[in-house]
Amino acid sequence: MSKRIVVDARGCFCPGPMMELISALKRHTVGDEVEVLSQDKGSATDIPLWTKKVGHELVSNEHRGDHWSIVVRKMK
Amino acid sequence: MRARILILGSGMGGTIVANGLARKLSDELRTGDATITVLGTTPKHLYQPGLLYVPFGRAREPELSRDERSILDRRINFMVDPAKRIDTENNVVHGESGKSYKYDFLVVATGSHLAPEMVPGLAESSYQFYELEAARKLRDAIDGFDGGKIVINVNVPHKCPVAPLEITLMLDEHLKQRGLTDKFEITYTYPIGRLHGLEPVSHWAVPEFERRGIQTQVFFNTKEVDGAAKKIHSEEGDTLDYDLLITIPPHRGAQVIEDSGLGTAGWIPTNPKTLLMEGSRNVFVIGDTTNIPISKAGSTAHFQADTVVENLTLMVQEGRWLREYDGKVFCFIETGTSTGTYIWFNYNTPPKPTPPTQMVHWAKLAYNRMYWLSASGLL
Repeated sequence: MSKRIVVDARGCFCPGPMMELISALKRHTVGDEVEVLSQDKGSATDIPLWTKKVGHELVSNEHRGDHWSIVVRKMK
Repeated sequence: MRARILILGSGMGGTIVANGLARKLSDELRTGDATITVLGTTPKHLYQPGLLYVPFGRAREPELSRDERSILDRRINFMVDPAKRIDTENNVVHGESGKSYKYDFLVVATGSHLAPEMVPGLAESSYQFYELEAARKLRDAIDGFDGGKIVINVNVPHKCPVAPLEITLMLDEHLKQRGLTDKFEITYTYPIGRLHGLEPVSHWAVPEFERRGIQTQVFFNTKEVDGAAKKIHSEEGDTLDYDLLITIPPHRGAQVIEDSGLGTAGWIPTNPKTLLMEGSRNVFVIGDTTNIPISKAGSTAHFQADTVVENLTLMVQEGRWLREYDGKVFCFIETGTSTGTYIWFNYNTPPKPTPPTQMVHWAKLAYNRMYWLSASGLL
């Protein structure tokens, strides 16, 4: 059964939200969703760009005041 | 209150916690109101950052490790008995020896471990420097290298996030000093769209790499390595040829964490400020073992250990809490064989790398010698 994992990377500079996303995707299975919470505005553009390039699915990308919530579904 | 304190792991984090507690709980140890026990997986303590120098013949290998017993305060019980199962419901840890260890407070510092098998072909076809014997093999490979394509391949997650930059810059300078300028090409691969997870560090690295002629391939998450054809492929569809492949392999947490149902991939869900395992009031987690999205580095473990020592001491002595971890990390960055820089940051302050200097390089070399004072809890 698919599940959603939340990675709260707010306030964490290193290794950074996208590295945390990649690590999380590696340890979960196809169909699972990873929600990254990030205060880095670069995440809102970098993560969708990478998601498309590597073949995962961008589920949502929302600006919530002081941070972004980006949800990616593992596709392979 | 009587306190049986059990520490899993005798690396930097576990050792600093043990020695720090021994000093602060001196009276309780004397009266028997507290005990401190460390369970390690090996009798030796390795200074892991020193491995960076081994591939270049710049490490005094006997100085990289000591007997753990000689570093620990004599009042600490130390046993080589790797944890087989951690039972946080019943406050007991079962060792591989068959012995069980009851605790009132548990500190989990079981660290991270290499997992090159997560990428097909990677272990068989690459060199790395995260273990002593592997670093020696890399040294021999570099000594025998007389030109060609080098790929320095970074996978996630990994400990010491600046080490990939350091090995790249040091190798470039080392080979040029050997007279191989124009006979080799280094390509540095990184999983995201820049050269380092920290944006300021990446901004600093770009001109450093350009000035030295180091090639880069970003958005490169390793899919597999074809050792026979000497090609490395990425999930993103790129392929690089190599003559020498140096990898920073993906890491995992200790197997006992997953076996005990405490966390996926060996990382324990941990409160980023209290450093308590989520849902627990007597299990602390420090260093690489946490799932906190922060650098897996020795200095992280060190600063977290300081926080745990102070809080655990007051919990034992007065039943109250002192302070929270602020996310502090400090890293030296070797930028060649004779210069270095450093960064520090916490949850609220981003890092700002400064121009490399010879002085910082010397400070790093001095710290390499003073590390044992840190592990002893004196620095």
